[in-house]
Amino acid sequence: MFTITKEHTTMSRETSLVTAQWVEDNLDTDGIVLVEVDEDTTAYDKGHIRGAIKLDWTTDLQDQVRRDFVSKAQFEALLSERGVSNDDTVVLYGGNNNWFAAYAYWYFKLYGHQDVKLLDGGRKKWELDSRELTDDLPSRAATSYTATEQDHSIRAFRDEAVAAIGVKNLIDVRSPDEYAGRLLAPAHLPQEQAQRAGHVPTSLNVPWSKNCNDDGTFKSDEDLKALYAEVGIDDSKETIALCRIGERSSLTWFVLKELLGHQSVKNYDGSWTEYGSLVGVPVALGDEPGSADEGGN
Amino acid sequence: MCGAKEGGLSLDGVNVAKEAVIQGQVLRGEEPVSNAYVRLLDRTGEFTAEVPTSATGHFRFFAGDGEWTLRTLAPKADPVDTRVVAATGSVAEVQVLVTA
Repeated sequence: MFTITKEHTTMSRETSLVTAQWVEDNLDTDGIVLVEVDEDTTAYDKGHIRGAIKLDWTTDLQDQVRRDFVSKAQFEALLSERGVSNDDTVVLYGGNNNWFAAYAYWYFKLYGHQDVKLLDGGRKKWELDSRELTDDLPSRAATSYTATEQDHSIRAFRDEAVAAIGVKNLIDVRSPDEYAGRLLAPAHLPQEQAQRAGHVPTSLNVPWSKNCNDDGTFKSDEDLKALYAEVGIDDSKETIALCRIGERSSLTWFVLKELLGHQSVKNYDGSWTEYGSLVGVPVALGDEPGSADEGGN
Repeated sequence: MCGAKEGGLSLDGVNVAKEAVIQGQVLRGEEPVSNAYVRLLDRTGEFTAEVPTSATGHFRFFAGDGEWTLRTLAPKADPVDTRVVAATGSVAEVQVLVTA
């Protein structure tokens, strides 16, 4: 019987990230399951890495009635039907510099999957390398997957985000224009969503893109440490990462928790679409973090 | 996939009056490049958004008023930076040429 614990070993680049060449060398290795998760849920259907299965973040990973994730039982049924076992190494990749692959990585960790990795650079790196994509659909035998209860040591909810103002590290990973309130969504999407623009007072703006090179691969550990030291992140405090709907902040969560080994890092998946629609909470506008007593009732 | 038409992408369903649209096509010579990535950088050079090109090499952003830079990455090509000005209520059409 496979046993899952909630003990987190210290993660590192070596344990949580693989290169495109490693993936190509292991396409036929038993026990490794490639999983594509894209913001554009049709991307997989236009070609994918050989053997990869698809997870649709809008239908497979979201409750279809409430705004929340699928239940433990639904996640177990999903992975069982797709042929993923508890002891498989799950290698995630996707478009948009792995935004939703990182989100799925965090989601797999949330439900206790032990061995998860990200393909460094995701689909973009694979394509820019001119590596092969296929239309062939893989066939995997069904399994009997068992998940754990959600690990809330890595998931923040709205009350925790409000309580963190001026107390914990809040890292807002959206673009500077979204942070300042000049845009409400990434610039490749129609502008909509939260009722108010701006950011959580005292949150620091460290756009997710600062973690990555142009080809989507992560910057070196040294560069990443320097990035967060420069903005003044306090290692002795807990950290909550947020963005608009929790996917870009999953990438920053991955950097802080899995690459740099920070002990207490949570992803606030409600993020700005929730916070920016709450009644009565403080909101800061402009490029500065703002103060803890800003704008609240 | 976005419906392409001569002269640019279809704007069906887009409320142009409320958006500052930047859109265009990536070409290698006269051939559309379908597997390129176009990044939108703000006036300070900071990343704002990125989209893969469509089968016809097209891309689109909903930006804000002001100056932007498009950085185009394509397989076996050097990155290309293109300056563009966006304004609410108008569509900035851009053609990007990549070379090996």
